Amino acid sequence: MSEATKPKLAVWKFSSCDGCQLSLLDCEDELLQVVGAVEVSYFLEASSAIAEGPYDVSLVEGSITTEHDIERIKEVRRLSGILVSIGACATAGGIQALRNFADVREYTSTVYAHPEFISTLKTSTGIADHVKVDLELRGCPIDRHQLLEVVTALLSGRKPRVPTHAVCVECKKRGNVCVLTEHGTPCLGPVTQTGCGALCPSFNRGCYGCFGPAENTNIDSLTSALRATGMQDRDLVRVFRTFNAWSPAFRAAGEKVAAGGVTQ
Amino acid sequence: MTPTADPTQKRPLGGVLSVEGLDALLRQLQDRGYLVIGPIVQDGAVTYEPIASHQDLPRGTGDEQRPGMYRLRRRDDDAFFGYASAPASWKRYLFPARSPLFRAERSEGSIQVDDTPPVQPRYAFVGVRSCELAAIAIQNRVFLDSNHPDSTYAARSKDLFVVAVSCSDPAGTCFCQSMGTGPEAQAMFDLRLTELVGGSEHRFVVTPGSPAGEQVLAAVPHRPATPADVTAATEVTQRAKERMGRSMDVTDVHDLLLRNREHPRWKDVGSRCLACGNCTFACPTCFCSDSEDANELGTGAAVRTRAWASCFGLDYSSMHGGTIRTTIPGRYRQWMTHKLATWFDQFGTSGCAGCGRCITMCPVGIDITEEVKMIQESDRVKTTGEMQ
Ligand code: SF4
Ligand code: SF4
Ligand code: SF4
Repeated sequence: MSEATKPKLAVWKFSSCDGCQLSLLDCEDELLQVVGAVEVSYFLEASSAIAEGPYDVSLVEGSITTEHDIERIKEVRRLSGILVSIGACATAGGIQALRNFADVREYTSTVYAHPEFISTLKTSTGIADHVKVDLELRGCPIDRHQLLEVVTALLSGRKPRVPTHAVCVECKKRGNVCVLTEHGTPCLGPVTQTGCGALCPSFNRGCYGCFGPAENTNIDSLTSALRATGMQDRDLVRVFRTFNAWSPAFRAAGEKVAAGGVTQ
Repeated sequence: MTPTADPTQKRPLGGVLSVEGLDALLRQLQDRGYLVIGPIVQDGAVTYEPIASHQDLPRGTGDEQRPGMYRLRRRDDDAFFGYASAPASWKRYLFPARSPLFRAERSEGSIQVDDTPPVQPRYAFVGVRSCELAAIAIQNRVFLDSNHPDSTYAARSKDLFVVAVSCSDPAGTCFCQSMGTGPEAQAMFDLRLTELVGGSEHRFVVTPGSPAGEQVLAAVPHRPATPADVTAATEVTQRAKERMGRSMDVTDVHDLLLRNREHPRWKDVGSRCLACGNCTFACPTCFCSDSEDANELGTGAAVRTRAWASCFGLDYSSMHGGTIRTTIPGRYRQWMTHKLATWFDQFGTSGCAGCGRCITMCPVGIDITEEVKMIQESDRVKTTGEMQ
């Protein structure tokens, strides 16, 4: 492909830890081929060179936490053909959305010596709450195979395959034992969206819900099953309030338990 | 594997294998070029993997199975086959979770398609239960008895050698007896073993079920079975029948389910079901698949893979205009009525072999036998409510 016809890719960062951008750099085997196939026009994590927009594809990492973020994401949207939000921060507000359940002023006064210099919104929210998003890649961090699927699909002009069903589907395809039914280990796999390749269950750990709620949100029924493994309400609220705490389904599930709503 | 054996034929007495004889049998199968797959313990469960000798088998291991729960337990004897069905069925060998279909690459104005099927091992399955054979028969019917037989399934199953094992200790979720599929295999095996573990001599009563089975047995040291051996083997099966964990009344189940499409029980089960799909992947007869396309980064070549799919997924019923089966009650109803009713219309058999995996492996313990019972009991209750 000639330089002129190569699609221009930009990678943007909002409130986040950079882990998802690192997933792109982590595609060691494929990185050179990606760089060969697209023109990386804006990617401060990797290079300080900036090519002017517009960009064919923008990958957006991070959540919206300041007034300035709101202005900037609108500008990114204006400059972008396809906008893909990547990671739990960009898709659900991230771990920093725990502030949404509390008083952010209390947090800032605890954390910063001079909270008066901090100008922040009361909430941390995902990109889709502010601008139109064309595709979401979930995960904390995102899965590099899914990222490569998006890149290769867009390059060949087909719709990327980003399934929205449960982690269990991948877990069973891998032939894992089910840690929930076969070990009695609490697992969020049945209500969590696939994408990680059932990573934790493959190592005999329960799923922590990094990819947020799956397409089917019958979480209350799983809550009852998790209680049967011995989990207390306090722990149940905590498992729903991690990286995807502000995703509507996990948020509702946690609030229901906190309010004593889901019993046997 | 011979699909037909006349059960009315007078059964030969067969022979008796010692534990060393069992090893000789495994070696004999390996010498004949089979990849021998049998039960082992791994990650706290019995699973079917390549085995070398009797040392690999789950000796002294039993299991406990309830709705939503599977655990191994220590037996108080040395039985090699003293567990019930393993959580992951033989399906993953004959119909793997993923199999390549083709790779297509553009080259100089044309498209080169490579769809060479991968070379398949000749499998010998050791320790196949009667319900599992029934399940394989159901999948054979689905994949092979059609105008378009599935060539990859055919390649995987055509040389299959089956060493069946009669069940001694059905699990709490087993209901093969009421489905007419167990607990002792009557057909479709090359050899059938019944393990006799108590008493003075740990031994296996072995019955050939095919000419191939007879040949293999002839090459393995064994002694002829005495009437006492045969009686002891019959007692194993009799005891298993008396300890069946569950049952399902299937006399009218086809019509029952089809005249209760609007039964309130669907909403009830739908409120518990997570639509996670575990039951469908664990089920040895579920056969649905999807094709997944990917592109290679450097060449842009397209690669198509066949992968397991589940009717519990939203995308399963997605077509032009949207998803058809949007509610979880609707999806559970589709799954169960297909298994127990419309499968007959489509394939002339039940879609359920009574193995109980869907019950054990359901994270919230939904029990297909219980769901049928509830609808049976209230068959005349007037129902209301809409479902998609
Ligand atoms: S281990 Fe978790 S993700 Fe895997 S099948 Fe069981 S419940 Fe689902
Ligand atoms: S429906 Fe359930 S019991 Fe019947 S064959 Fe499938 S997994 Fe076994
Ligand atoms: S019946 Fe159980 S295993 Fe099957 S989809 Fe529903 S919750 Fe999952």
